Amino acid sequence: MAGLLLGGFYAAVSLGVSLIFGLLDIANIAQPAFVILGAYAAYVFNSAVGLDPILVGLLLTPVFYGVGALVYRVYYGSFERRGEESLRGLVFFFGILFIMEVSLSMTFGVDYRLVQASYTGRSIELAGVGVAFRYLVPCVVGVAMTVALYLFLGRTFYGRAIMAVSQDQAALRLMGADPVQIKTIAFGIGIAAASLAGALLISIAPVVPSTDRDYIGRMFAITVLGGMGSIGGTLVAAVILGITESLMSTFFGPSWSLAVSFGILLLALAIRPAGLFGR
Amino acid sequence: MRGIVGALLVGGLVIAAGVGLAGARVNPYVYFAGYVILQYVVIATAWNILGGYAGYVNFGTPAFFAMGAYTAVLLIKSLRAPLPVLIVAGGLVAGLLGLGIGYLTLRLRGTFFSIATLALSVVLQTVIINWEYVGGSRGLSVLRPAGPPFGSYVTFLFTVMVGLAVVAVLTARFIERSWIGRGLAALRDNEEAAECMGVPTLRLKLFATTVSGFLLGVAGAPFPYYVTFVEPNSAFALDYAVNALAMPMIGGTTSWIGPVIGAVLLGTAQQLATVTISSEMNLFIVGVVLVAFVVLAPEGILGLARRLRGR
Repeated sequence: MAGLLLGGFYAAVSLGVSLIFGLLDIANIAQPAFVILGAYAAYVFNSAVGLDPILVGLLLTPVFYGVGALVYRVYYGSFERRGEESLRGLVFFFGILFIMEVSLSMTFGVDYRLVQASYTGRSIELAGVGVAFRYLVPCVVGVAMTVALYLFLGRTFYGRAIMAVSQDQAALRLMGADPVQIKTIAFGIGIAAASLAGALLISIAPVVPSTDRDYIGRMFAITVLGGMGSIGGTLVAAVILGITESLMSTFFGPSWSLAVSFGILLLALAIRPAGLFGR
Repeated sequence: MRGIVGALLVGGLVIAAGVGLAGARVNPYVYFAGYVILQYVVIATAWNILGGYAGYVNFGTPAFFAMGAYTAVLLIKSLRAPLPVLIVAGGLVAGLLGLGIGYLTLRLRGTFFSIATLALSVVLQTVIINWEYVGGSRGLSVLRPAGPPFGSYVTFLFTVMVGLAVVAVLTARFIERSWIGRGLAALRDNEEAAECMGVPTLRLKLFATTVSGFLLGVAGAPFPYYVTFVEPNSAFALDYAVNALAMPMIGGTTSWIGPVIGAVLLGTAQQLATVTISSEMNLFIVGVVLVAFVVLAPEGILGLARRLRGR
């Protein structure tokens, strides 16, 4: 049960990677740092004015979208246009990840931060099992985000354009659309998802600036296992990871749960790199 | 052939100069800081064999470095093995780790290898934290052997690191000039074309990963004797990951001299900076310099120098 709820939350965290790495094929390893940034933003507004963390996450999505669009423009101008994205692009994102983590720890120190909301302490009975709202709410929001992104990609004009850009850029250009603009939008949405995911993260557990490192393996394991860019697959893979991790921490202790994502990542890469629902 | 003899000669001279400096017994801080800078020469050179020559980015430098360090801890604690054994064993274990990770991920696109190495440090650190015999999360004190040459053990380690740095740089230079280096450069520029031309890409990549991992482990093996207290946070420090990338990127990745320039410049600057500003600020600056170089001067200092000369 705890694993299932954790899975919904992991899906929210991994959506950005699914979109940016899975569909756009941009290895944005700085994504976890954006999630942590979202968590700290939620913390600041929550402790200063007492706003609900998830509301803060939602309100800040336009800001994150802007930052994401800007990052993509720099990335495109410096690397993608010159065809140098593989080596230098990775280093670029690593640099961003690093700068963000260090800046956060310089601003907030390395103490654990957490948020207060009306529901954090409460729980309800579901089928005879006590479920903490602290886990239930992020799971529900995570599933909602997944459904929203799925519908957006399948039903709207820009969503379909993003799917198209992931399949054939040249064809899209022939249709009169600008692939760079579409990718900017998709990248922005991916980063905007990090804002909400960060708010969920800090609702579940306290956060330090180096928490991003724990999530790198999880995010990419889920994206690869789910099949690169498959939104439904992301949710399934997230639930699988969540359940495996909670079983692992029940039987072997919580410190081993990090090894699960790495094992899944390596297994998926070695056996079936296309993932469960890969094309 | 003459090139190799010349390089060996220069290497010998550098070692002689290092031993001479150790004999001179100047301010002990020189050896203390010099060790760290030379350690970064080894790390940057090792990283560049895979990253610069083959174009595969390794984010897991701390994992390989710590593999070397913890292999040494294990051998010191169980067998009190001498330093040369520690260095070779540390290198072998880290090299095997490189081979294993490479075997699982290098057949796919380079991005997957990078992501796997990124997660590798976190997982290995978890393993070490849970392993009480080598100190767990609390760490472990290591006693240095008595009666070192040159009066103090740090001075002795300094000369050892001079030797290791020379070996690492000569190895890199040899690889770069041989058919292996040309094969790696070919697969870096266009892997499919290289494969079609008959370059054994997978074998070359595995070779580069193993050698790179070996040298990173070698750099880590004397670490327990240098710090005398090993704990996971210092052995798996993020500093190694970012510096291993930043140094070759700043110096220039296509030649063996690039990482050396980067390591000496950035290493010296950091040694001076840690005295005056906080270590976090220090890392922040390294990160900013790294991004600035990748965006503005992708060929590093070597590329800048070449452009100036070309004008």
